[in-house]
Amino acid sequence: MGEKMGLSKRYEFVLLFDVENGNPNGDPDAGNMPRLDAETGCGLVTDVSIKRKVRNYVELAKQGEPSYDIYVKEAAVLNNLNKEAFANYPDIELKEKKPDKMEAKHKKDQLMLSRWMCDKYYDIRAFGAVMTTGVNCGQVRGPVQFSFAKSIDPISPQEITITRMAVTNERDAEKERTMGRKSIVPYGLYRMEGFVSAPLANQTNFGEEDLELLWSALLNMFDHDRSAARGKMATQKLIIFEHSTVLGNAPAHKLFNLVKVTRKSGVDIARSFDDYEMLIGEAPQGVTIIERL
Amino acid sequence: MGYGIKLRVWGEYACFTRPEMKVERVSYDVMTPSAARGIFEAIHWKPAIRWVIDRIHVLNPIRFENIRRNEVESKASGRKKVIYAAEERQQRASLVLKNVQYIIEAHFELTEQSGEEDTAEKHYNIFLRRARQGQCFHRPYFGNREFPVNFDLLEEDAEMMKYSNVHTGEIDLGYILLDQTYHVNDDGETVEVIPHFFRARMINGVIEVPKLQEVNR
Repeated sequence: MGEKMGLSKRYEFVLLFDVENGNPNGDPDAGNMPRLDAETGCGLVTDVSIKRKVRNYVELAKQGEPSYDIYVKEAAVLNNLNKEAFANYPDIELKEKKPDKMEAKHKKDQLMLSRWMCDKYYDIRAFGAVMTTGVNCGQVRGPVQFSFAKSIDPISPQEITITRMAVTNERDAEKERTMGRKSIVPYGLYRMEGFVSAPLANQTNFGEEDLELLWSALLNMFDHDRSAARGKMATQKLIIFEHSTVLGNAPAHKLFNLVKVTRKSGVDIARSFDDYEMLIGEAPQGVTIIERL
Repeated sequence: MGYGIKLRVWGEYACFTRPEMKVERVSYDVMTPSAARGIFEAIHWKPAIRWVIDRIHVLNPIRFENIRRNEVESKASGRKKVIYAAEERQQRASLVLKNVQYIIEAHFELTEQSGEEDTAEKHYNIFLRRARQGQCFHRPYFGNREFPVNFDLLEEDAEMMKYSNVHTGEIDLGYILLDQTYHVNDDGETVEVIPHFFRARMINGVIEVPKLQEVNR
């Protein structure tokens, strides 16, 4: 593994993604209805929901490549079933690869262990992790930080009732069919803001290649996350602010304010990305705006 | 010390988790001095200095919102290959603050680890320079990393007056976390963490933060 090309610049980014007739992120407190900001009526997608998709994308794109493993996995990926067999025998793993638990009592061994974890797992390198190796749990703070995504306009979720021509239990046989429910957002354009800290990247060995992979994950993640619930989701724009220095050249909130997304005049109800217009202001000195997609 | 700094911070969400309700996280009504210190450290910190929070001005009304998310129950470990999110799922709610804005007044003290080249002027100016330009070591956050902090340096006292106060009178916020002291052994490992609490009173929107020594008496 060794040292990579470290990050020498701070980044912020704005991700615009939309959903058509789907549920981008269900709220477990509201019977899996799309998440809503109760005060504004705008839709929400949590940071962890997007992180999940980034992890899934990296797992698919970098399957089997060393140092691109994903630590927090969704068991649905078929390939994991094979690996699960190994997971049933944790003792074997332990002796082959890592120092024994007791050895990690010392600070330097802990650092070595967390570095080892960072090198092996992309998600730990990017997002960080609370590690319990050894007596003191080491904590890795990753450079990549997401905030909640919020829709530009209030969304109007709909409950759609669907039927199934079969039943699950025999005692219901005379019913012949069961009814189900699906909640969808007819259309919603969401905006997420995120940060990449160069000093933290250098602490977890998150290099230039890793950053490039993050961008491609953000651009492509929805293409590999199709399901009955999601409908049509797509990344519409990724706007990256690249500072020319490690610590950055301008306040983040000023940069985020440069990207204005509004419904086009004359459009009462937005039903596609074309119904919106995006204006990007001029970058302050020392900041480059990179538009992807 | 003449090196007081006023920083305006704001954000859409915040969660300053109460230690007694941290499984299903419930935020304190206001930012804790400990969280405020974390914001300063995210902008500039060296072992030579220690940030001390003097006052917290609460500018926005205190409002809560509930968010339930899927979380995993275990922590990462070298002995484990992966965590299967579907098998270790916990649905946890967080009662978070919405639309927060504070002015934090703070200063720093030099610690015993400061060398000859560590003058107060130097660290003060580094901090000012970074805060003015919006620079930070890592993006500061309100309690949890998904709640990023926007910050602005207030350089003139007059600027404080622009932010009118919505809280009037005296509000008792009960006991809240002041900060934690970490006892570190020779190898740099944390041996003991001691939390300190104080009775927070908000008078016309301003919380006076006591010194650690006063709380320990």
